[in-house]
Amino acid sequence: MRNKDRNVYLIPYGLWMLLFVIIPLVLVAYFSLFDINGKVSLINYQRFFTPVYLKMTLSSFFYALVITAVSLLVAYPTAYWLSKTKHKQLWLLLIIMPSWMNLLLKAYAFIGILGKYGPINSFLVALGIGTHQILFTSFSFMFVAVYIFIPFMILPIFGAIEEINPSLTAAAYDLGATPWFAFRRVIFPLTISGVQAGCQAVFIPALSLFMITRLIAGNRVITLGTAIEQHFLVTQDWGMGSTLAVFLIITMGLTIWATSGRKRVG
Amino acid sequence: MKKVVQMFVGALLVAFILIYITAHIDSLQGYSSADIITIYNWGDYLDPDLIAAFEEETGLKVIYQTFESNEAMMTKLAHKGSTFDVVIPSDYAINRMKEEGLLIPLDHSLLPNLEYIDPRFLDLPFDEGNKYSAPYFWGTLGIVYNPELLGGRHFESWHDLWDESLENEIILVDSAREIIGLGLNALGYSLNETNIDRLMEAQGKLKELVPNVKAIVGDELKVLLVNEEAAVGVVWSGDAAGIIEENPRLDYVIPMEGTNVWFDNIVIPRTATNVLGAHQFIDFILDPENAAVNTDYVGYSTPNVGALEFLDEVGEDERFYPGPEITDKLELYENLGKSMLAVYNELFLEFKMFR
Repeated sequence: MRNKDRNVYLIPYGLWMLLFVIIPLVLVAYFSLFDINGKVSLINYQRFFTPVYLKMTLSSFFYALVITAVSLLVAYPTAYWLSKTKHKQLWLLLIIMPSWMNLLLKAYAFIGILGKYGPINSFLVALGIGTHQILFTSFSFMFVAVYIFIPFMILPIFGAIEEINPSLTAAAYDLGATPWFAFRRVIFPLTISGVQAGCQAVFIPALSLFMITRLIAGNRVITLGTAIEQHFLVTQDWGMGSTLAVFLIITMGLTIWATSGRKRVG
Repeated sequence: MKKVVQMFVGALLVAFILIYITAHIDSLQGYSSADIITIYNWGDYLDPDLIAAFEEETGLKVIYQTFESNEAMMTKLAHKGSTFDVVIPSDYAINRMKEEGLLIPLDHSLLPNLEYIDPRFLDLPFDEGNKYSAPYFWGTLGIVYNPELLGGRHFESWHDLWDESLENEIILVDSAREIIGLGLNALGYSLNETNIDRLMEAQGKLKELVPNVKAIVGDELKVLLVNEEAAVGVVWSGDAAGIIEENPRLDYVIPMEGTNVWFDNIVIPRTATNVLGAHQFIDFILDPENAAVNTDYVGYSTPNVGALEFLDEVGEDERFYPGPEITDKLELYENLGKSMLAVYNELFLEFKMFR
């Protein structure tokens, strides 16, 4: 009786998964098998392996990797420092707060900040360096992306650091470990799960970013996400759009598998 | 278990009650499909005061909905469940909707105000004899530029964009046919070119433009040009008029090699439930005084000669109301079919990537 009850509670979840996860995935795979005239063919997969799309895939990967790496470099020390401060919850709130704001609004704000007459360029002029083009460069794209994703990297790492039993680090110091040694052999290995979760939370969405490639990078950076958007909304070539989506899904699956498969390295 | 069932039943019950109440309220107010007309238009493309005036004049209730692209609009119209009475698509979309049988022919006897439309803008290839559509607004694609940022220089031709002094100064609109078309125009080819070699040649020409291109963006283009982030933009005339209104230092030119001329026309879709009301609305909008009010609000070029009499001097601005000697040289986009459109998009995507 009790078992049956529990199964009943699973129905809403099961329905949700079926309607909004499994069926859409199957549909994406199904649509990828049709060419632009609605005939069944593998032409989309052939097209994927042409220089245009391969280069796009490579550059999407490159940018996503850089964004993830920079986020990690900034987020780890921040999370570590955060766990040592007095008003942790307050600081954490301040870090999370920007992610409550709409992405589009933030992007528009950056257009103003990074623009020719924006505060950053005024500052550069005041320093005597002169006006530089910051907006519509691949740098501005990565900068804004890192800004957007950083809270998602800090949170899991902070969580992992918080969970460390303080007696473990104390023991390391007692046994003569230098701070660096203690960090490398005790703290970092214990937070690796947080780092993995953070990297997944950043890398996967970074791979399919599209709006800010236009708003901040002025289409100087073309990611797979941009191409999918265009195929669905402009060309109405749903087949090619779906094919790109299939490749994205596969890569994301691989990413998750690769980053969470390994056990803790001692 | 019981609780879950109770929750489901409760939610369903509330939903049904709400549906019943809204239906009831509608009928209380005396609205049935014969008294309602549903308009489907681009965002911010009709003076709201005119809707109120139309409701007062005819006693009909207007439901106003907007779309962002012809493609999105056509997808929605293809559904049998939609009940739009009046839609305002662009030229090539009208051609496609006509071919797909999505439109109802207009009854010209109900549209006496059609006589105020400039004959240049009637009987065009996308809808011969205006069987299905009445002109709403029109315009061109051209160059907006800031003479003050460019040492007083002026533009005349598409070729001026390739000038070395314009390094990193040009913002292009993110739209495949417009930008590939710019390349075709510069080479003297048709905007409706389907010869792949010529299209590749146009793309090659565009690649030479790369050092001058600062960004390829969407609607943000207007703000960027108004704020003088860049000195030159390739934009539609309607947007150009808005930009110049906000920053009068900018100027607009129709390049002498020719360019695209576009039309947004009013049509009645097959799914319309109030065909008579739709005709009433179209004739109301074609009325010179109303068209003048609307032109003043929207800022695009009106095809209504009668309306221009109410708008002193507006019609004399050659940039937005070019004479027949110029419009004769301009080209409409033809409906090239899905696979040709895909070729244009692929070439454009490549152009965007390899820079």
